[in-house]
Amino acid sequence: MSGLILLRPHSLAEALKMLGERGGTAGVGTGDAPGGAGGNDDTLTPIAGCTDLYVALNAGTLAATRFVDLSALDALRRIALRGDVLRVGALATCTALQRSRLVKQRAPILAAAAAEVGGVQIQHRGTIGGNIANASPAGDTLPVLAALEAVVVLRSAGGERRVPLTSFYTGYRATVRRPDELIVAVEIPPADGKQWFRKVGTRAAQAISKVVMAAVRPARGAPRIALGSVAPTVIRLPRTEAYLGGGGSIDEAQRVLQDEIAPIDDLRSTADYRRRVAGNLLAQMWKETEY
Amino acid sequence: MRLTVNGSAHDVAAPPMARLLDVLREELRLTGTKEGCGEGECGACTVLIDGDPVCSCLVPVAQAEGAEVTTIEGLGGNHPLQRAFAGLGGAQCGICTPGMIMASVALGPRPSLAAIRRGLAGNLCRCTGYEAIYRAVRQGGGDGGGAGEAGRGARRRDARKGT
Repeated sequence: MSGLILLRPHSLAEALKMLGERGGTAGVGTGDAPGGAGGNDDTLTPIAGCTDLYVALNAGTLAATRFVDLSALDALRRIALRGDVLRVGALATCTALQRSRLVKQRAPILAAAAAEVGGVQIQHRGTIGGNIANASPAGDTLPVLAALEAVVVLRSAGGERRVPLTSFYTGYRATVRRPDELIVAVEIPPADGKQWFRKVGTRAAQAISKVVMAAVRPARGAPRIALGSVAPTVIRLPRTEAYLGGGGSIDEAQRVLQDEIAPIDDLRSTADYRRRVAGNLLAQMWKETEY
Repeated sequence: MRLTVNGSAHDVAAPPMARLLDVLREELRLTGTKEGCGEGECGACTVLIDGDPVCSCLVPVAQAEGAEVTTIEGLGGNHPLQRAFAGLGGAQCGICTPGMIMASVALGPRPSLAAIRRGLAGNLCRCTGYEAIYRAVRQGGGDGGGAGEAGRGARRRDARKGT
């Protein structure tokens, strides 16, 4: 750990200046995964809760050596309404998401997902911004944000841009975040409909998801359904959504879904199991969100 | 860097990305905190930062600067939870015990069984089967004295955090 460099800005402006000057040369979409190929001598990796970072660091698989600590940027912890939009600061922890009255009212599935990340030790540290930036296909808050049509707010010294969560990912552990940009918040528009979330893993706590589904079902029209751990990135299911929105049967919708996803065999599960469970979750969601 | 551990300030020489766990054990010689998995799965290295249980194997020491760190040594050895774990078989091989107790401290007085199960879900024990641990936490936290200073701090902060 002695060869690692840590910059410690006291304000967002200072952090953005550091990233702008020393964000490094990593190409677009390679800078986020702490264990990924993006880390090199020039890249400055933003860190907050460090719950995934130190797993790679302790295992010796982390390439990055230069970090910028966001933990002093308290303004990024804020959870507040801006007009009709729920704006969750990037440093909001999983514990904060569970305790926030606004999150529980407006996005109860986000509070539910946060309660199933790791154990309490991880929930006290892990942040929503980190979960987004880490870009794991199994990130538990990501299907929730995708189903809620959340927007990632990226800021650099040069300005701010907003990217829909589903456009934020370009491939396995790859994102559109430039090395000079920081995720400062995620914005959640009002959700019209019943919200549903379920994570399937080996046990309730600590386990990484085998399949995780989030959905928002309005009284009329197409539901919004997102899945984690069944593709290189979190995905929405446009064909399944359109099929159900058009009044199609749930049995056929399950087959549409199973064609629409691309699960793999890995150490946590198999493609066949994931395909079957994803179909089962769709049926359960559909039954439990009936009007 | 200056670190406040169990109420005492210490100047530490470790680099900023050193794990809090290693600084506690190797520099401050507070070896009550154990390393289990080194990846946030087992909870053996649990300490309190400003009253919240965290895995000290996943915390850069720089992020603990300015905070109150509480380790098992900070409970003094005669805490109701320590007595209950020893008296009721909540500790067997002992590796998970300091982490179990620190996670339990944060539950405050008289936690329900559901709160205990949830609060200790990030702490693994391979000896006891957990039942003796749950009994110890219920007894140790049952007299209202189970929270200690750190637990009271955690509750104060909860009230502030309510959004």
